[in-house]
Amino acid sequence: MKKKFACLAMAMIMVLSLAACGGKEEAPSSGSESGAAAFMLGGTGPLTGGAAIYGNAAKNGAQIAVDEINAMGGIQFELKYEDDTHDPEKAVNAYNALKDWGMQISLGSVTSKPCEATAAETYADRIFALTPSASSTATTEGKDNMFQMCFMDPNQGSASAQYIADKTLGTKIAIIWKNDDVYSKGIHDTFTAKAAELGLEIVSDTTFADGNDTDFSVQLSDAQKAGADLVFLPMYYQPASLIFAQASNMGYAPKWFGVDGMDGILTMEGFDAALAEGVMLLTPFNADSDDEATKAFVAEYQKRFNEIPNQFAADGYDCVYAYKQALEAAGATPDMSAEELCGLMIEQFTSMTFNGLTGDGMTWDASGAVSKSPKGMVIENGAYVGLD
Amino acid sequence: MKLKLNKTTRKNFATYGVVILAYVLLQVMKGSLSSSLKGMLVPICAYVVMAISLNLTVGILGELSLGHAGFMSVGAFTGVTAAIALQNVIPAAPLRLAVGLAVGAAFAGIAGFLIGIPVLRLNGDYLAIVTLAFGEIIKSIFNNLYVGIDKNGMQFSLLSDKTNLAEGGKLIIEGPMGIGGIQKISTFTAGFILVMITLIIVFNLVNSRAGRAIMAIRDNHIAAESIGLHVTHYKMMAFVTSAALAGAAGTLFAMNYSTIMANKFDFNTSILVLVFVVLGGQGNMLGSIVAAAALTVLPEMLRTFADYRMLVYAIVLILVMLTTNNATLRSWFSRFSLKNREKEAA
Repeated sequence: MKKKFACLAMAMIMVLSLAACGGKEEAPSSGSESGAAAFMLGGTGPLTGGAAIYGNAAKNGAQIAVDEINAMGGIQFELKYEDDTHDPEKAVNAYNALKDWGMQISLGSVTSKPCEATAAETYADRIFALTPSASSTATTEGKDNMFQMCFMDPNQGSASAQYIADKTLGTKIAIIWKNDDVYSKGIHDTFTAKAAELGLEIVSDTTFADGNDTDFSVQLSDAQKAGADLVFLPMYYQPASLIFAQASNMGYAPKWFGVDGMDGILTMEGFDAALAEGVMLLTPFNADSDDEATKAFVAEYQKRFNEIPNQFAADGYDCVYAYKQALEAAGATPDMSAEELCGLMIEQFTSMTFNGLTGDGMTWDASGAVSKSPKGMVIENGAYVGLD
Repeated sequence: MKLKLNKTTRKNFATYGVVILAYVLLQVMKGSLSSSLKGMLVPICAYVVMAISLNLTVGILGELSLGHAGFMSVGAFTGVTAAIALQNVIPAAPLRLAVGLAVGAAFAGIAGFLIGIPVLRLNGDYLAIVTLAFGEIIKSIFNNLYVGIDKNGMQFSLLSDKTNLAEGGKLIIEGPMGIGGIQKISTFTAGFILVMITLIIVFNLVNSRAGRAIMAIRDNHIAAESIGLHVTHYKMMAFVTSAALAGAAGTLFAMNYSTIMANKFDFNTSILVLVFVVLGGQGNMLGSIVAAAALTVLPEMLRTFADYRMLVYAIVLILVMLTTNNATLRSWFSRFSLKNREKEAA
């Protein structure tokens, strides 16, 4: 019995010591120097779990922007991100926790489905939200105070088809997509619709899902048999990396075309970058760009987090700067209520033009969708190079 | 006046009492609750119903089910579809919710019956694995199902959207995207009523002739069969009731969010509910209720731990399991309750 109690005591001590760690970790971010004179900016994202790459990137990007802006003087922000583990239920819980914290303006959620759930809450509570990366149409549909920093999924699909048709990159097109993923499906559906309109021939259309996303031989041989010379991959980079490797083993070398989820493939651990040679993708952000602002951001991000920022980080960064611009233009002060700010922000976002890392001259329409032009990139010698 | 109540009845009334008391207390304090807790009231009710219904299968029937979230999923999708389809027919939200709950429970019950036919012929580990597989099958079906409604009625299609809805039609279930744009009509009061109904159904089933037969099968399958009990019949009765209640819980849960996806109701959710049941004690309904409520709130209370949140959650879970199974503490608790009983008798 003594032993058992010793075990219990040990476990207690572990919990307490962890609690101490958690407390220390928290201190610098919450105890910001500005106090009550700051705008309370909150967002939810997957900081743990399978989609944590995206949540942490957006959070880190936003944090850099907040620190830069606070250092400038003028408008002050206090940023808090809560974990939603890419689950709508947890996202609503996280959102409510942020509300208790005193959030005035929201960064929505990082991923699409959770953002759909929190968007319904921000709409009901009249808190303005600008999501860095939740790209589904349903996120903004029917909500006047929900805006997006990223392209909407459908826009990516039709832009890709347009791009392929304009540059005559391929005549026979194969698509491999993930049929239990909103992102993949959204792009696939608009791509096929636009392709039909533009007279592109789709010769193979195959799917995979969670759980059978390691072997792509069936999909690839279907594409090969149909004689596809371009394969469109609307998916994130993990499955794409396997597709490249398996296609290379089969001796199948079509042109590859990806979307913004492909961004990050070059920094993926254990992936032979040579396999991605010649892959084309549409993405709003290029970490290797010569642009001054991008360079400074990439350097700062590397210094702090020891990795190359992806598009999500840039979106998070842009969101905070867009807020800064809008708040300044509206003459908003931190003592305004969330509802007052919501009205002002809707007015500003539908009328302003914003230049950021992910595009120049961005504008928003009343539906909340952003209009900016995607950049075509191609991977050459292990680096992204602008296509044009 | 002396009310002679046996031990079970007393315990059942205590359970009703605790639930009613919790509801009244929360209603009174509504103004001072944090938004975080307020937002969790409906999910807590849904998980409580899930825990009670799974306790019926695990604790009373004695069969391990690892696919209970599957029934929740069936209830969520069918119930919400019914509520959306009836949006213009039944304008009153509470009534629409009630219809949704009934539809969800009915479909989950049917699913439970169909699954029960092959599954309940198995025992122990085999049954656990087959229920696990059924949970995954249900998830895959809803991930590939498209349901729309237009003036010609409901349209169904599998794998891709071939519903070809007429003008003004609306796609309700969109395959992997699940259901979006749900009107949030679940309320805490509705959740409370559902918990009470669930308790009444389960307690009355357990205390009936059928309930005693079910427990006899749990305790000794062969002995029960030898005295002429129709084993599959009684097993089916418990299993279908359990499935139907889980379906109602699913509808309640789904109607609290603006969007719902099939992937939410995966193996992890089944295990989560099983944890509630094991922690609360198999066959102990009040334990399930407390465990479900506490373990739903706990991760949110731990948000101050930031990155260590899930680690602390796991450690707390281990601690709770250790303490509730600690012989010294248990005897202490039982001494406490004995004293109470003596006082009552005096």
